[in-house]
Amino acid sequence: MVPRKTPFYDKHVENKGKIVEFADFLMPVQFEGIIPEHNTVRNSVGVFDVSHMGEVEIRGKDRTKFVNYLTTNDAAKLASNQIQYTTMLYPDAGIVDDLLVYNLADRMLLVVNAANTEKDYMWIVENKKYDVEIENTSNKIGQLAIQGPKAEFVMQKLFDFELVTLEYYRTTETNMKGIPVLLSRTGYTGEDGFELYLDKKYAADVWDMVFSAGKEFGIKPIGLGARDTLRFEMRYCLYGNDIDKTTNPLEAGLGWVVKLDKEEFIGKESLLTIKQRGIQRKLVGLEALSKGIPRQHQEILAGDEKVGFVTSGTFAPSLKKGISMGYVSLVHAKVGNKLKVMSKEPIEVEIIKGPFYKHGSHR
Amino acid sequence: MANVIDGVKYTKEHEWIKIEGDVAVEGITDYAQSELSDIVMVELPSIGRKAKAGDAIGTIEAVKAVTDIYAGLGGEIIEVNGNVASDPALVNKDPYGEGWLYKLKIEDAKEVENLLSPEQYKELIEKK
Repeated sequence: MVPRKTPFYDKHVENKGKIVEFADFLMPVQFEGIIPEHNTVRNSVGVFDVSHMGEVEIRGKDRTKFVNYLTTNDAAKLASNQIQYTTMLYPDAGIVDDLLVYNLADRMLLVVNAANTEKDYMWIVENKKYDVEIENTSNKIGQLAIQGPKAEFVMQKLFDFELVTLEYYRTTETNMKGIPVLLSRTGYTGEDGFELYLDKKYAADVWDMVFSAGKEFGIKPIGLGARDTLRFEMRYCLYGNDIDKTTNPLEAGLGWVVKLDKEEFIGKESLLTIKQRGIQRKLVGLEALSKGIPRQHQEILAGDEKVGFVTSGTFAPSLKKGISMGYVSLVHAKVGNKLKVMSKEPIEVEIIKGPFYKHGSHR
Repeated sequence: MANVIDGVKYTKEHEWIKIEGDVAVEGITDYAQSELSDIVMVELPSIGRKAKAGDAIGTIEAVKAVTDIYAGLGGEIIEVNGNVASDPALVNKDPYGEGWLYKLKIEDAKEVENLLSPEQYKELIEKK
């Protein structure tokens, strides 16, 4: 398969991005370097091309009911122009994907992981019921994420209304200097910020507008490398690493987006059984106490006993140490527990509570 | 395009080796540092350690990847670059200069013949 280009591809080349193939797209993994880009987002503002993400739109009068049947969070509780993080499950409670649901005036917009777009779309179509229409609009849409403590100052220059009024996980269909856009206060970095969805024909104009508005704040393009370290420091799950079809949301610490008291949804019965039986393992955050960086697939030991494995591991630029996530058997999964990750030299790690990085600007 | 300098030898494992009499100064190439990207930890061999050519004698950890440091030639480690241990980014900034990794007393000068010339190394990375 020939990898696809996002509508911002030429901008990445122009900015000397190092291009790699990711989820069948040619994406910039870095520009000036993962660490400086990471710090740009933590300290000022950076722009990510996230056009590879998938968009599936659900229209029709029963759209809320249908989305509620597909997902674990309670979509019926969404106010208009509100957004919800949720998961979509197989009947056995394995995760199809984690996603955002936008409750717009005439439709629900599901924003899914790039690598899962086709799979998710097929799944949604296969499970279609009620009076709804389903459309995969991924190829029509360009998407940028503008993230960092200065993001609001930058974006305010491009909109006529007070951005302060757009709260976290809220969205509005508006226009940016005449270009129709969907703007939301969302992100994957732990910093305040926005995501902007637009018809891809406006991509070059929108990119230039954002960068010229951000110039005085030192705005920079950010690659996938820093996107991963930023999300990781917040302990946000990454589908394909920390969650997949073999993991359920309860063991992944996503119980807060599972509403077992709502009406019927795919995976509910299995979740009820799992809940009754109790989970066997738990996805935990592990901070390295000794030198070394835990890496994906390494074993986690308590004494000499294998108690789990690492699902993702990286160097945390804001903490300057190795951090990781992994599934650990329940008895060993308590906060404060010290375990070992089997790297070439064993790395001593401690289970921590909450995000690794606790000083993000997001509200 | 990665920088390949003259006046040093190379290995297939993307190390450069500068021969100074019976001492070899070794580091990783510009190509290697750029592939690894942000280097955050460098674990160097201990002084006095004897290695055979090809032995893994240290580790370089980048944000997203980890790689071993291999001995390009057999011999005894006589000096390591303490500056890269405290400031690993030196390897990214100046791989052929301030980012050198260690010095080794060459045991068998004949092994130098097994190393790649700058032209051969250029050819190797161009194939990637």
